[in-house]
Amino acid sequence: MTPEMKGFLLLTVIKLLVIFTMLMVGVALLTLMERKVAGWMQNRPGPNRAGPGGLLQPVADGIKNFIKEETRPAAASGVIFTLAPALSFIPALMLLAVIPLAAPLPLDLDVTLPLIGHVIYRGALPISVADLPIGFLFVLALSSLGVYGVALAGWSSNSKYSLLGGLRASAQMISYEVAMGLSLIPVLLMSGNVAFSAIIREQQAGLWFIGPLFLSFFIFLISAFAETNRLPFDLPEAESELVAGYHSEYSAMKFSLFMIAEFSHIVTISAMVATLYFGGWDIPFTTWDEQGGVLQTLATHGAFFAKMFFWIFFVMWIRWTLPRFRYDQLMALGWKVLLPLALAYIMVIAGSIWGAGQLGWSSPRQKAFFLLGINVVVGWLVFFILDRGRIISGADRRSRDIGGVARNVVEA
Amino acid sequence: MAIGVKVMHRPADVSYVRATLKGMALTFKHMLQPKVTMQYPEERSTEEWRIATRWRGTHRMMTDEQGRSKCVACGLCPQVCPANCIKLVPGEDEEGNRYPLIYEIDEFRCVFCGYCQEVCPEEAIHVGVHYENAEYSRDRFVYDLERLSSQTHPVSTLWDPSDPRGQ
Repeated sequence: MTPEMKGFLLLTVIKLLVIFTMLMVGVALLTLMERKVAGWMQNRPGPNRAGPGGLLQPVADGIKNFIKEETRPAAASGVIFTLAPALSFIPALMLLAVIPLAAPLPLDLDVTLPLIGHVIYRGALPISVADLPIGFLFVLALSSLGVYGVALAGWSSNSKYSLLGGLRASAQMISYEVAMGLSLIPVLLMSGNVAFSAIIREQQAGLWFIGPLFLSFFIFLISAFAETNRLPFDLPEAESELVAGYHSEYSAMKFSLFMIAEFSHIVTISAMVATLYFGGWDIPFTTWDEQGGVLQTLATHGAFFAKMFFWIFFVMWIRWTLPRFRYDQLMALGWKVLLPLALAYIMVIAGSIWGAGQLGWSSPRQKAFFLLGINVVVGWLVFFILDRGRIISGADRRSRDIGGVARNVVEA
Repeated sequence: MAIGVKVMHRPADVSYVRATLKGMALTFKHMLQPKVTMQYPEERSTEEWRIATRWRGTHRMMTDEQGRSKCVACGLCPQVCPANCIKLVPGEDEEGNRYPLIYEIDEFRCVFCGYCQEVCPEEAIHVGVHYENAEYSRDRFVYDLERLSSQTHPVSTLWDPSDPRGQ
């Protein structure tokens, strides 16, 4: 094996270990944060018994889940029942592998290590496990794999509640997958590339995509909530009707795996939003962070973490604010609103980029500001004209659509 | 639509985005407000909340200066007790003073009506302002005379008809 190859492998393994550990510890702390945020929003202090400020609560939960009894329904389908938690857990872990967590670190490594031997690495080291050229396509592909775990868990439990939860999950995730994929096409149009590093570079040159691609961000965010099965779209769980949905029959560590998968999904989705629409590791109003260096890498990682953390908090914030959707509202929102909106938006953005090219504004900054202007108009149209009880039909409106028959029956 | 389904009449021009933003502002405001939880084992009463003086909890037997119970074994409390939870065997010493040989209250049977305290002519048996009664075995809930006498918690001020609201 050449020293260059060894260097690449060694650094990749190190990055893998560091990011995996960070994710696992982060997920553990997020379970605490979720409960803390829930408490604060209800004027409670949240868990505060285990350790200072409740910091050891995840440890206590972990120990509890390890020593709990594993129950298995007698009629459950053995192999699949055991496999399902892993199937939802593994894609959730793999998602974070492609997201750049900081500016590339310029490295000039030429050392001889014991056991490994001569190791060489020269050039910028991307701070992600794999800087894949297929970028967010990988994320879309893997996040749709997550539905297998959920659907199989629901089916193999051989329980009606689990089955209903699994069915809902698969229908919901597949529906929103479409809107999610389409909402990312404007990002592709803007940056001309699907690789995360190229998308970040485009945002550094122009504007963060939240401005020029606001509706795309909006659709992506809603679809992301549906993809992670979080409130207001947590119908697969729906504890008021389905006990606990697809993981009703799971206990102990198998149940924990579902929870870890859900929280790693939240981390990944927040990282995606931060990367695609908020400049990734970019520190705004300065070009210092693009020069490269150890300090720059650390600072940009801080910036990335702050953005990601805000969106993680946002997910929890939404969860403790909004009630759950009705199932027909969920489907109507996905297919009748987000999908056409995403398609129309692709047309608008493609047309605008072509128009900007025709007008001779082809530098990233000119293009971004031109699209920002377009988005103010489009956003106004969507939020002030379209959104007047038309986006999600209430029961009242639905009865009027039928011709007021139901209302007459009730009033009579 | 099925018969009997309740139809909510919502205003037709509601903006969902604005309503969502309003709700989020509300929950965020709540995050910054002071927390109202009382940290129970550490604090048992706060300035806003304390246990009511009319609370009727587990019993307490009053004692005189010599540490003997005030009870004269008149038998009124077992007579008035609707739950039949007081067991009283009267005794008499050489001077002719009656005293309880056995005085037991089964706190599981007790309905905490407070009649025993009301009926007692010697102001001996009282219901207490007390609620932490956990025990490791069921027979520990039959309180004998010694245990009733050794309680130190405050006693209930029963309802006073002339001052019905406790002012």
